Amino acid sequence: MTSPNPLECDAEKLDVKSIVRKATELNDFGHLLEHVPYAKFIGMGVERFGDELVFKLPAKDDNIGNPVLPALHGGVIAGFMEMSAIVQLMVFMQATKVPKIVDFSIDYLRAGYHKDSFAECKITRQGRRVANVSINCWQTNRKHLIATARAHFLID
Amino acid sequence: MNKTADVFPLTEMASRFVAQLTQCQRLKLKVLEGSAKHVLMELPYDSQLVGYPDTGVIHGGVITTLMDTASGCAVVCSIFDKFQALELSPTLDLRVDYMKPAEPFKPVYGFAQCYKLSSSVAFTRAIAYQDSIDDPIAHAVGSFMRISPEMVGEEFRQALMGEPRHD
Repeated sequence: MTSPNPLECDAEKLDVKSIVRKATELNDFGHLLEHVPYAKFIGMGVERFGDELVFKLPAKDDNIGNPVLPALHGGVIAGFMEMSAIVQLMVFMQATKVPKIVDFSIDYLRAGYHKDSFAECKITRQGRRVANVSINCWQTNRKHLIATARAHFLID
Repeated sequence: MNKTADVFPLTEMASRFVAQLTQCQRLKLKVLEGSAKHVLMELPYDSQLVGYPDTGVIHGGVITTLMDTASGCAVVCSIFDKFQALELSPTLDLRVDYMKPAEPFKPVYGFAQCYKLSSSVAFTRAIAYQDSIDDPIAHAVGSFMRISPEMVGEEFRQALMGEPRHD
């Protein structure tokens, strides 16, 4: 990057590690999402059940793609799943930095209708520099996935 | 008629297609060019779309949405040019490779092509860039399922073809 970035001064203040630690202490991982404007933009949330995190994308008019069905925009489903994978990695690695996306591959299995969606992630492999995460997304029934995705992230 | 519409005759239809997608309106996605061979879109920078608050870089999900929309729109244009019919193809799969983060405060452009249209599947590739297409932010390949034109609702068809509506 060549041009100076005015937001970079905030970067020093934004202590990712303490945010993750605080979220773990409070057992409230929504706290993590509050720092990410895009998570608010699509309206996603997260809940912890024991050792599991389940991510939720409540039905929201702004997230519609095709208004005829109506169906969620595929890009929103992908963004929701990518953000879920990032939070999963941050929580289970106690990250000091936000993992950077390298690639994201999504298969759409069914239309995502205008209702609540859920996602869960599995860290398939975590190396020293790269992590592989698989993400599943469903609506009414956990067995009837609307999309499945796989992503690589750079970690440190 | 402006100049772009003369050179790229499907620009207007592509714009109307994107205008129908609520999420794209929220992102303020704009079609710059549309033809049988390609679609070019612009995504303006918006602090609401930031995914990395420590750097101000927009979220990968936004780039994915841009790629999905541009690719899907390229399929609509390609089918329209070949068959003079309107088909709305749902995405089957999409893979996005991220080469570098998008620079904050600058728009991102999405250039998409439908490079092969078979009887039941359309294949696409797309590039997201800022200053130059030779210095990409992301590259995407996708496939889209073709569905029959009858599946397109009358209301949607009219909105795209720009025919008078009887409200």
